[in-house]
Amino acid sequence: MRSELDLELVGLTKRYGDTLAVDAVSHLFHAGSYCCLLGPSGCGKSSTLRMLAGHETVTDGAIILGGRDVSRLPPARRGTAMMFQNYALFPHLSVIDNVAFSLKMKGIDAAKRRASAAEMLARVDMTVFSDRLPAQLSGGQQQRVALARALITQPQVLLLDEPLSALDPFLRIRMRAELRKLQRELGISFIHVTHSQDEALALADEIVVMNEAKIVQAGPAREVFQAPKTAFVARFIGSHNVIALPEGKFALRADELKLAPPQGAKLRGRVTGVEYQGTHVALRITIAGEQELTALLTDKNFFGAPKDVGEAVGLDWDGQAAHALSA
Amino acid sequence: MTNQTTQTNDTAFAQAPAPDARRAMSHHLSGWLLASPIALVLTGFLLLPIIMIVVVSFWGATEFSIYPAFQFDNYAFLLGSEVTYRVFLNTFRYAAITWALTLLIGFTVAYFLAFHVRSLNWQIGLFLFCTIPFWTSNIIRMISWIPFLGRNGLANSTLLSWGVIDQPVEWLLFSDFSVILAFVHLYTLFMIVPIFNTMMRIDRSLLEAAADAGASGWQTLWNVIVPLTKPGIMIGTIFVITLVMGDFITVRFMSGSQSANVGRLISNDIALLQYPSASATAVILLITVLLMIATLLRFVDIRKEL
Repeated sequence: MRSELDLELVGLTKRYGDTLAVDAVSHLFHAGSYCCLLGPSGCGKSSTLRMLAGHETVTDGAIILGGRDVSRLPPARRGTAMMFQNYALFPHLSVIDNVAFSLKMKGIDAAKRRASAAEMLARVDMTVFSDRLPAQLSGGQQQRVALARALITQPQVLLLDEPLSALDPFLRIRMRAELRKLQRELGISFIHVTHSQDEALALADEIVVMNEAKIVQAGPAREVFQAPKTAFVARFIGSHNVIALPEGKFALRADELKLAPPQGAKLRGRVTGVEYQGTHVALRITIAGEQELTALLTDKNFFGAPKDVGEAVGLDWDGQAAHALSA
Repeated sequence: MTNQTTQTNDTAFAQAPAPDARRAMSHHLSGWLLASPIALVLTGFLLLPIIMIVVVSFWGATEFSIYPAFQFDNYAFLLGSEVTYRVFLNTFRYAAITWALTLLIGFTVAYFLAFHVRSLNWQIGLFLFCTIPFWTSNIIRMISWIPFLGRNGLANSTLLSWGVIDQPVEWLLFSDFSVILAFVHLYTLFMIVPIFNTMMRIDRSLLEAAADAGASGWQTLWNVIVPLTKPGIMIGTIFVITLVMGDFITVRFMSGSQSANVGRLISNDIALLQYPSASATAVILLITVLLMIATLLRFVDIRKEL
């Protein structure tokens, strides 16, 4: 279902000299959804986001938001707001003045803009830190301020550039839950660039996987994970084995592999590594043709019939677990 | 078992203080040793001369001799003379005008280098270009203005030939104009370098954040770049003000000995061998400049720049 507030990219292209950073990308981001642009570094996801934000000129193509092409408009007139990777808070301004900055630029008087900023700070739970300078805040607190500063412009789309990469793992998980909650409350679109598949799976309604300047697969998080289209997506999204069999290439989830007696199993191989992971045990198994697979067994299954390095094993899986890959 | 552990611990504690104390001692000593070369240099070439000047400023003098004493005659004469105040005022005026012009030019040049020149190589190249005048001595640079600005100099003859003026302009040389022109020429680089340095440290994403917030170019300049460049501006200001306040040769050459500043007051006294009087003036100048710097430092914290 299309709505007026959808964000659409049409043949969006970015060229730096001879290198093509974003190659004629077309995609429709539905209004009010949480979307993750996922890909390895240099795949063009950040360039795409920066073009959306207006911090990078568009070489070719269009960005349609709210029914108009915003690709040539200045950042503040697009209806987007950006949250920067390093937060880019103004170091000389207090938290509240950082948040009120865009209102000050509009010429709104001090009392009024401080009131709106205070409201926004309350929303991200940062009221007590209003008068601090950014340098006096922790990474997570700075991020909340950056979020408040971006949201005060009342954007239709919030653009987040690797927002969690500067945080420690514990905080990362907490902040991503808060991002998701905030997005639900606000009901606006979030477009979140990340190279972490965990983050994308945890957050996104829709995942857009990019590689080599192009979108390789886009769809609901579960769909992308369940049915990766290419070997690249299967490897990048993680927890998948890519196996080349005589009938073609297949993606097979590591936790769908079962150990079986070597006779009569679909594949035969030799255990080359055993890694205990608490709830699971990861077995590295080398099969014919020097292909390495990972089988993720629950600890119960594994310790019921433990295997050691060098042992010959058979591998089995349910018929529909293997997905044929197109490339 | 328990006993053994206790015993070992005891021995460890008993033996511990000796090497620790020795280490602390050697730390202490090496600290002093490391600091001593610079301390010696500063004592010998900065502290002692200043103490000497202060001491001499209380000495007495006649037309043909100076004699050790402790009297306030020099200060009384200096602070009682109307000439002193006029000359100090003139010195402040030079400093203020030079500061304003070097700041304006220095900020603009640094801004251009830091934000408009995109490639690092060009930045370095243009920056070195700014330093080319410094390859010659500052007296040569100053004197080379004379044939340019003189009555029959290049500037006047060009303006005459263009018909802009009918007769040579007199105030181009040996005037306050030429003094300040020389100051600005000599000292703008001292403004450019620290400002450029601070600007290069401004995170470029802050400018994008400002643009995101709808700030125009001027708003970004005034609300983001200027506040973040303040420490650099302050360091440049200290350079320029101390240089102009202490100068005497520029004022003498470029004003054709027609204007006075504190430096010339001192140099005249020295020429007349009136060392005590020169010292007293120097002490007052030193105090004035230190007070100015102390005031400036109250406004901006430059520590993070050092």
